[in-house]
Amino acid sequence: MTKSISSARADFPILNQLVNDHPLVYLDNAATAQKPRSVIDSLVHYYEFDNANIHRGNHTLAIRATEAHEAARSTIAGFINAQYAHEIVFTRGTTESINLVAYSFGEAFVKAGDEIIVTELEHHSNYVPWFLLCKRKGATFRVVPFDQDGELDLEVFKSMLSEKTRLVAVNHVSNSLGTVNPISEIIQLAHQAGVPVLVDAAQSVQHLDHDVQALDADFYAFSGHKIYGPTGVGVLYGKEKWLEEMPPFLSGGEMIENVTCDKVTFNTLPFKFEAGTPDVSGPIGLAAAIDYLIQFDPAELKDYETDLLNYGLELLSDIPDLTIYGNPKHRSSILPFNVAGIQHYDMGVLLDNYGIAVRTGQHCTQPVMDALGITGTVRASLALYNTREDIDALVNGIKRVQRLFRRKS
Amino acid sequence: MKTIPEIEAQFIDDFNQLENWEEKYDYLIELGDSLPEMPAELKTADNLVKGCQSSVWFATRCEDGRLFIEADSDSLIIKGIVAILVQLLSGQPSSDIAHADLTMFETLGLWRHLSSQRSNGVTAMMAHLKQSAATCQIN
Ligand SMILES: Cc1ncc(COP(=O)(O)O)c(C=O)c1O
Repeated sequence: MTKSISSARADFPILNQLVNDHPLVYLDNAATAQKPRSVIDSLVHYYEFDNANIHRGNHTLAIRATEAHEAARSTIAGFINAQYAHEIVFTRGTTESINLVAYSFGEAFVKAGDEIIVTELEHHSNYVPWFLLCKRKGATFRVVPFDQDGELDLEVFKSMLSEKTRLVAVNHVSNSLGTVNPISEIIQLAHQAGVPVLVDAAQSVQHLDHDVQALDADFYAFSGHKIYGPTGVGVLYGKEKWLEEMPPFLSGGEMIENVTCDKVTFNTLPFKFEAGTPDVSGPIGLAAAIDYLIQFDPAELKDYETDLLNYGLELLSDIPDLTIYGNPKHRSSILPFNVAGIQHYDMGVLLDNYGIAVRTGQHCTQPVMDALGITGTVRASLALYNTREDIDALVNGIKRVQRLFRRKS
Repeated sequence: MKTIPEIEAQFIDDFNQLENWEEKYDYLIELGDSLPEMPAELKTADNLVKGCQSSVWFATRCEDGRLFIEADSDSLIIKGIVAILVQLLSGQPSSDIAHADLTMFETLGLWRHLSSQRSNGVTAMMAHLKQSAATCQIN
């Protein structure tokens, strides 16, 4: 039995409140999503009954905590269809996952004269670590541009791929425009050139297909907090063959097998990459979020979210003086716009007075804003609990702000 | 010339007389409108306050220990805030600016986003102005 999407909203206690005397309309889901009751309960349960340090205790709580933590790893591996649970490394989030690869893969495989390819659509988290790696190693940093519609230029991408390319790092969905990049095609092209690909799935794993084996992704990174799980936990999936060959990122406890005065041997995967006491509860909450999400029929969910996005695009495009950015063939859950004469910051602040939460500014994608020649956008972003009423409230809010400003000019 | 606390008290009074947040924003934007235009050549990287979500420029000039301020922002709300700061501080003795402890933004309970955020904060703007005040001495 699949769960009906219309029943989702009631599962998120935070949504049921007034903000500035208006019912909360939460449209900042690309920044972080809210958590269903089951996720909150899983964390409370963990701390009320199971809390212990893991992997090295022999008492009952330690065993329970370890089992729950490792069961979460399996749940996550299953969710993204990793071949092995040990290909799942827990991190603090997408940013740390990418930094781990930029460091460890970089140490093992990148040298002067090599090239790394990213795109102009990347979040700074999938841009800066590669930029710095290239600086460190004397490698060349190459950036695939996007066009007027917000689509990557695959011809340029193809022409950049060469025997010097060590890795391609690209997002599946752009967090500032919502472009759904042709990730399978990008991976195929890269693989034809013998180049591995890191997929930044921060904005896609909760909305779109997330089968790492079907995609044949070499690395796949996402954050728990954007997929209805807790903050502070993220995932790095890496193909076993890459993770085996990469040196550790952080070092210390947990990641070590044997330490003597002159020799250190590392623990097996995934623990080699998990130094120190991990966030024990984070993965447990994340697994609860995945258990929640998989109650819905994926096709139905995708249809629902696509329909809601299209409804938003349609209504927004009817507002005079409003510009929607990008026009990609496929867009996911992101509505980026500006209203002439009203700075994005002002729009965000005034919408908040009507209880509407959106994000404004550059969204950690300065290259995107520079390419568009703007200082920022207003971004409304959707989650499965959003409804047409939320979009209607946004549209009304925008119109009220327009009236407020029109009186001034 | 009135002191900084005197002008601040006047602003608190003015805002408290307004009924609802729409009127308060109206007034704020009006204040921004009344700000003398800042010459484009003063909008330099040096005069840009760092760490703000919207662009805020302050150009300062020191005359015999008093700091004179010109300012602008691409956000109308921030421009209103900036106008308040100019009315409060421009022409005041630099030592008063250096020791100014503005409370009106908290007192009014308005623009929480301005006091709570690292970016765009009145704090960042004040730090910028206090820095200029520190080097402004009586001849
Ligand atoms: C596409 C993309 N990549 C990376 C990140 C960084 O995620 P986190 O801050 O959770 O590490 C984000 C979050 O905004 C994102 O949208």
